Amino acid sequence: MYSNLWLIPFFPLIGSIFNGLFGKKIKNEAVIGGIATGLMFLSFLVAAQNLFKLLGDTKKVHELVIASWMTVGNFQLNWELLLDPLSAVMIMVVTGVGTLIHLYSIGYMHGEEGYYRFFCYLNLFAFAMLMLVLGGNALVMFIGWEGVGLCSYLLIGYYYEKKSASTAANKAFIVNRVGDFGFLCGLLTLFWALAEKGVWTLNFVKIAESGHLLESGGLLITVVTLSFFLGATGKSAQIPLFTWLPDAMEGPTPVSALIHAATMVTAGVYMIGRMNGLFAMAPATMMTIAIVGGLTAFFAATIGLAQNDIKRVLAYSTVSQLGYMFLAMGVGAFSAGIFHLMTHAFFKACLFLGSGSVIHGLHHAYHRAHLHDDPQDMRNMGGLRKKMPITFITFLVSTIAISGIPFFSGFFSKDEILWWSFGSTRGHWLLWLLGAAAAGMTAFYMFRLVFMTFFGEQKTDARARDHIPESPFTITIPLMVLGFFALIGGYIGIPKILGGVNRFDAFLAPVFEQAQHANEIHAHGTLATEYTLMAISVAIATVGIFIAWVMYIKNPELPAKFVARFSRAHKVVFNKWYIDELYDFLFVSPCKRLGTFLWRGFDVKVVDGVVNGCAWVIKGLGTGLRYTQSGYLYNYAMAMVVGVVVIVGFLVF
Amino acid sequence: MITVNHYLLLSAILFAIGTFGVLTRKNAIVIFMCIEVMLNSVNLTFIALSRHVGNMDGQIFVFFVMTVAAAEAAVGLALMIAFFRNKDSIDTDDFNMLKW
Repeated sequence: MYSNLWLIPFFPLIGSIFNGLFGKKIKNEAVIGGIATGLMFLSFLVAAQNLFKLLGDTKKVHELVIASWMTVGNFQLNWELLLDPLSAVMIMVVTGVGTLIHLYSIGYMHGEEGYYRFFCYLNLFAFAMLMLVLGGNALVMFIGWEGVGLCSYLLIGYYYEKKSASTAANKAFIVNRVGDFGFLCGLLTLFWALAEKGVWTLNFVKIAESGHLLESGGLLITVVTLSFFLGATGKSAQIPLFTWLPDAMEGPTPVSALIHAATMVTAGVYMIGRMNGLFAMAPATMMTIAIVGGLTAFFAATIGLAQNDIKRVLAYSTVSQLGYMFLAMGVGAFSAGIFHLMTHAFFKACLFLGSGSVIHGLHHAYHRAHLHDDPQDMRNMGGLRKKMPITFITFLVSTIAISGIPFFSGFFSKDEILWWSFGSTRGHWLLWLLGAAAAGMTAFYMFRLVFMTFFGEQKTDARARDHIPESPFTITIPLMVLGFFALIGGYIGIPKILGGVNRFDAFLAPVFEQAQHANEIHAHGTLATEYTLMAISVAIATVGIFIAWVMYIKNPELPAKFVARFSRAHKVVFNKWYIDELYDFLFVSPCKRLGTFLWRGFDVKVVDGVVNGCAWVIKGLGTGLRYTQSGYLYNYAMAMVVGVVVIVGFLVF
Repeated sequence: MITVNHYLLLSAILFAIGTFGVLTRKNAIVIFMCIEVMLNSVNLTFIALSRHVGNMDGQIFVFFVMTVAAAEAAVGLALMIAFFRNKDSIDTDDFNMLKW
């Protein structure tokens, strides 16, 4: 029935292998990009076919065993895929957005050195991500989990000859290792805990079935889920492991859009959704997740207020939006979190691609005018809406969506999260307050970005101004498609109080319902409260936009005054709360010092000492013993006779 | 009456003389001759014991020893000629280069 499921990750893998092996020889950009994009599109078609099959099916959980991996005692591990509503949503997002971004990359990466390398990595990433979301047991998922980490590293360091890019790649990889350590701890502890109860499995369906064997709210399940959550904070850039994501913007922009906005960074959210049964049983973990998510949403938004690099603003915005998703997971609004994951994939991918289009255009213009200005600095932009109308319109739509203005996709998902964080049995009004404040700031900094980039007077160098083109159609088509979905993507999840039936929630219900019922997680409150909260969040967003309009359109000199007035606060926020410096001081420098000590103290003195000491002793012995070789025949003959006498004497007597 | 012990004693004396010669003499040909003495003392032992035990194996072995000794003599003399061409001497003290 669902036996062609394996084709979904298979197609990108083929593309990756093909481009990796032959891309260098082919050289033709159309062939390389066409193969990569075409295979992604095939994968998308298979995914869509499976989704429709699943929509019409009464049984919602399907497993496909591809091959046996290992059998140890009574533990059986398979290469298996799992299709249920949750993974169906994820494969649609990954293949859909993935295909568009592959198409975009054809135009964006035009003329870059290592064009084939880029598509090879991008396909490999799609493969790993699909293994992650389709994996039917925790180890297959872990393979995908590590695979996306690797591809993220490779793609951030794509311009490896640039020092900052390779450093950023290292940072992303090392920070992710910390998270992966948590993931492994959780995995092994869970395996051990279930084996204690006689269930030898890592299969998600079986884990969900036998989760009740563990003590609900007990220490064990709290440790397991907290370890998993540590893994999620690494991959999904949450406090305390979020510092790598803004630096990851060193990679090409399509990479930022695909990996660091739409797909890989949402892996943590997906993982919590996949194991929602376990998480729901650990209220302490859920609370931790909600608080971490809320704080991340808030702090990342404050940093986003003061950045000038267009991609960095979007990066902090991504961290902030991921915080929202974790907030949703933490208060038990699993389907709302996944809903936001999906809408976020649309509008954030569109925003990143739009920023890429702007950067592409400016880069082109500076190149033509032989200037070396920074094409990513928003202070060099302004008034671009006439130069790049398609980019501008799609960008604006996505910005409105992320700001939570009614009837755009972000509104529905964000509002559902805010409502749950207030009204859920696991929620609290403080969590709502964090979320709402972050929403206001999001609206402000996103419109600040739009106003600085597309409105106002042109601040681009006069020599380059006339050379700014609208991007080619491979870039604008993905923008239009994503912008369209950013506009309407929310309509599959219209909440009940607005007269909808929330199809999205109903579709995902088979995955989340049981855990929510068993642990009494639900949102409660009067309709009036819900309407009021909705009105407040819309009002906050509008205020944010208004302030941005006042500061960046009406009185463009106001931001400077504002910065002068609150210089200390601005400095702290501009420098990202000095988190990087703090981590340097707390972790990086001690590590370096320990390394230096081990090098100078242990390696040079002890290890080298032992090795050289052995050599020295042997050399000394040799120097002494060589004088026994006189070269005179009778000496050797004498030694032989004495030897024979001794041996014979020994044998006889 | 000459018993097997007499033969063995003579053989031991010959072997000791040969060994002493190998250790003390410098002239390669004399050393070579001493080795021959040692070999022949062993031959004597073989034959004496063979006769004493009444088994012919020992005597057969002596033929082998003589054959090998002949071959050895050929190789040894060739070596000495080669030595002499090198150093105008066959004194073993002049051939002490195999050392530190």
